[in-house]
Amino acid sequence: MTDTTRGDVRLSGISKTYGSFTAVHPLDLTVPEGSFFALLGASGCGKTTTLRMIAGLEDPSSGTVHLGDQDVTALPPYKRPVNTVFQSYALFPHLSITENIAFGLRRRGIKSVKKQVDEMLELVQLGDHAHKRPHQLSGGQQQRVAVARALINHPKVLLLDEPLGALDLKLRRQMQLELKRIQTEVGITFVHVTHDQEEAMTMADQVAVMNAGRVEQLGSPADLYENPQTTFVANFLGTSNLITAEVADKGADTLVVKAGDAKLSLPTARTSADTRTGEKVLLGIRPEKIALTHADEAGTIAEGRNRITGRIAQSSFIGVSTQYVIDSPAGNGLEVYVQNVEADRRLAPGAEVVLHWNPEHSFGLDAAQDIDAGTEEEVAA
Amino acid sequence: MSAFIRWVRRNLVVIAGLLTLAFLILPNVVVMVFSFNKPKGKFNYAWQEFSTDAWSDPCGVADMCGSLSLSLQIALWSTLGATVLGTMIAFALARYRFKARGAVNSLIFLPMAMPEVVMAASLLTLFLNMGAQLGFWTILIAHIMFCLSFVVTAVKARVMSMDPRLEEAARDLYAGPVQTFVRVTLPIAAPGIAAGALLAFALSFDDFIITNFNAGSTVTFPMFVWGSAQRGTPVQINVIGTAMFAIAVICVLAGILVGNRRKKHA
Repeated sequence: MTDTTRGDVRLSGISKTYGSFTAVHPLDLTVPEGSFFALLGASGCGKTTTLRMIAGLEDPSSGTVHLGDQDVTALPPYKRPVNTVFQSYALFPHLSITENIAFGLRRRGIKSVKKQVDEMLELVQLGDHAHKRPHQLSGGQQQRVAVARALINHPKVLLLDEPLGALDLKLRRQMQLELKRIQTEVGITFVHVTHDQEEAMTMADQVAVMNAGRVEQLGSPADLYENPQTTFVANFLGTSNLITAEVADKGADTLVVKAGDAKLSLPTARTSADTRTGEKVLLGIRPEKIALTHADEAGTIAEGRNRITGRIAQSSFIGVSTQYVIDSPAGNGLEVYVQNVEADRRLAPGAEVVLHWNPEHSFGLDAAQDIDAGTEEEVAA
Repeated sequence: MSAFIRWVRRNLVVIAGLLTLAFLILPNVVVMVFSFNKPKGKFNYAWQEFSTDAWSDPCGVADMCGSLSLSLQIALWSTLGATVLGTMIAFALARYRFKARGAVNSLIFLPMAMPEVVMAASLLTLFLNMGAQLGFWTILIAHIMFCLSFVVTAVKARVMSMDPRLEEAARDLYAGPVQTFVRVTLPIAAPGIAAGALLAFALSFDDFIITNFNAGSTVTFPMFVWGSAQRGTPVQINVIGTAMFAIAVICVLAGILVGNRRKKHA
């Protein structure tokens, strides 16, 4: 174990308070060496503060920061083997691209920087722009200079603070792949702060979802998406249908819950709440996991699937799929995404339908939580 | 006729610009032309004939070059003093929150807003009460005082618009506090500091009112010009004026040239 933690970033009990406001509650976090790690959360959740504490730009109110075996908590930023890509890039406007990239090497007294700078320019594909000033480059190019300027120092950890926030959507997609390629190529630990769940999921090996200064859940993107443990994670990463249900029966691996007139089963292993019979639980199901069948053909649905009857309230055609909003006795406003393979013309607003899904895809959450935590409206407010 | 009107309409902005420029430059042109005059009497107010006498003997008037050199010295020292102090004040006001910040922030504008005569008279009172010997030092102190506010204003604007992340980025890239200041903060603030310094130099060099009050028996160049205007204006004054103007124009042109070359190079 000691061998594998050689280059890990370890935050132990780290917190930050400004007066009476707690930006980051004491948190423990380990970022494995060489991984692409994302801190995901809405603005003001403490993710940037956490990043700045790793960089040394912010002093933690408590706790320690370790890089491998070294305790760097008391070190100023210029003595830490960590470099940052800032949200605004923070390129030095009075220096050429070459000198921007060479800045870190020169400050450490390295005289012959040309070869390394050229290599870096190549890595980020900006060889032709070496003598330009930052303001002569486009946003995407500036972003790549910022990455090169940090990476040339071969830091133990590269910190990225919303590096793609200022780019338009298309360029952002392109840079996501680019950053992922660079990370794979150089093998340095990347800690990436973002509020964009799609960005975190595409790029990161591990994602820590933060909310109000705390880590809600940590795991691989697939794990977080398929098996969220809080309503915040369920709503913030993609969309979830959360149905308030009552536990009717508790088996060894399955809970049977009642919602409206429907009896649904829920794998115990996928339920984060410890609930007894008769208590409330939130049953979650992702919209794309649900199939829709017109009520006339309810008989064709296979046995053993969870099913809910309802009526289509809205449908919107997206192209690859159609998104339905369905009202049912189990809950109103359930979302269902159906691939446009064999469109059933009867599935129009007003139609009586049956929603059904494989019970394995359901997840259970503690009903004591705010059911709307992490939804878009809630985050915006 | 209508073609002419159309032409005027199309070029109205250029015409207006050129006229304004002429308005600004004309006095300088007069000074320049009369530096080649050979006046008959003591006053250089009427054109007589072309001559380079004054140019070949610029210090030919008693005491003039002495006062010029004194004015240049005072201008240089007060520029230096005001720039250093003003830059520090500007950084303090832009970066830090301290108790008297609000007061300092508004008081610093006072020398700019107050009538010079009032300031001159009150300074003289202060100096006399302190028993100070009027002369070079009292002039220098007075000049630093009124140049300060201009430097502070110019530098503060620059520092305020500076992205604080730039310094964080420098610290993140292994630059200690001194390196960060020398390599990042100072170069970025430099245009503001330079503007402040230039302003200070010009203000100090041609200040008359405050200097006249606080100079004692010392005579600066503006005071010399004023004094000689009572008795007769030597052509050399125009020579000095033209030379100063030429130096300023050359400095500006050089600046533009360097800027252009840098742009082309990049």
